[in-house]
Amino acid sequence: MSVRQGLLALLAEGPHHAYQLRAEFEQRTGGTWPLNMGQVSTTLDRLVRDALVEPVEPSDDDVVRYRLTPTGRDELAAWWRTPVVRSAPARDELSIKLALAVSAPGVDVREIVQTQRTETMRALRDLTRLKADLPVAGTREDLAWSLVLDHLVFAAEAEVRWLDHVEARVARAALDRPVDGDVPPGPTSAPEAAHAARSAALGTEDGAR
Amino acid sequence: MSARAAGPVVLALRGVTRVHGTGPTAVHALVGVDLDVRLGELVAVMGASGSGKSTLLNVAGGLDTPTQGTVVLGGDTLSSLDAAGRARLRRRSVGYVFQDFNLVPTLTAAENVALPRELDGVRAREARQEALVALDEVGVADLAARFPDELSGGQQQRVAIARALVGPRRLVLADEPTGALDSTTGEEVMRVLRARVDAGAAGLLVTHEPRFAAWADRTVFVRDGAVVDGTGAPSGPEVLLAGGAR
Repeated sequence: MSVRQGLLALLAEGPHHAYQLRAEFEQRTGGTWPLNMGQVSTTLDRLVRDALVEPVEPSDDDVVRYRLTPTGRDELAAWWRTPVVRSAPARDELSIKLALAVSAPGVDVREIVQTQRTETMRALRDLTRLKADLPVAGTREDLAWSLVLDHLVFAAEAEVRWLDHVEARVARAALDRPVDGDVPPGPTSAPEAAHAARSAALGTEDGAR
Repeated sequence: MSARAAGPVVLALRGVTRVHGTGPTAVHALVGVDLDVRLGELVAVMGASGSGKSTLLNVAGGLDTPTQGTVVLGGDTLSSLDAAGRARLRRRSVGYVFQDFNLVPTLTAAENVALPRELDGVRAREARQEALVALDEVGVADLAARFPDELSGGQQQRVAIARALVGPRRLVLADEPTGALDSTTGEEVMRVLRARVDAGAAGLLVTHEPRFAAWADRTVFVRDGAVVDGTGAPSGPEVLLAGGAR
């Protein structure tokens, strides 16, 4: 998440000092990304260095206010116009855990999936409660916070759906496994299950919806 | 939606088992299910196709009879009643909401909602009054005179929720109520269902959509006819952003 562009967006609405920027940023994003003053000052210093932001000349008090330069305005306009690039998936503990679980001996993947599904469903329920407490026709700040919550809600939902998918794939891989006696058991099963988990993780084969 | 005190139990399932057929070909649709739904509580049931969640809903509403175990509806044990008594109890204490709304197309919204009360034996005028109250509770009082085909999907589902909880009814059984609605409308319908339950009803919701199940107080997971896990009731406010939405 770019603090830099976030501050540019706020400064476009008028001069702010550092404390105001921090407070405004947190309020507008529903406190999802708390900033510390260090981050705000460092970012402001860099923005000044890059001539995107400048201090407002003498103020009544000792607090320095900042405003956008024309270059800063251009940079912000470019940010609004440009899509956010989806970066390579971060190292996600859950997908790593499941990938290891399907190929590990003596691990009940179904239980891992169910335990996680319950946990994620609980988080989804709690997020929904926060959302439900917001007025339906609220202020623009309520709307902003509600959209941030929606993002978390959809991400949690996607995780539950993926877990459903993993469960189904692993169950099918177990069914497809040759019956004991036809082929020596064990070694054949693990690669299939691992393959199932891999394609579930990458959304390939019938994993792609 | 705030933390609620636990109300009286409206629906209780104890050791409910439902077996179709006998012998080696017998299918265990439900196996030893225990479940309580209290007044003010909305409980979601999730599970894969064929897991038994629809059977659970049918048994809870008295549309299907358990092979073993008991279903207690508002204090009355279903199995202790004869067929007529069961039908009466089902009709008077349970309302259904379905995916495809199931409103009678030739009746107005108000007439649809009044219908169950007229079947209860309430006089037409009184039934109509109750229907208008019920429509008001779901925010569509102004649509009372409209026919179903003059209503959007979301509006029809609100009318269906009003019908399910008209008069003395306190238990709503909802089978994929958002299945035919877009994402935003589905959310509005869940908000209405949630509000109605908060205002003094109990709800059992079957859905395969995690985002809609999340409106319930808790979700139970059904697999191979058995309840395998549940989220439990919410603990308290403000627990999640700290440790985090990953």
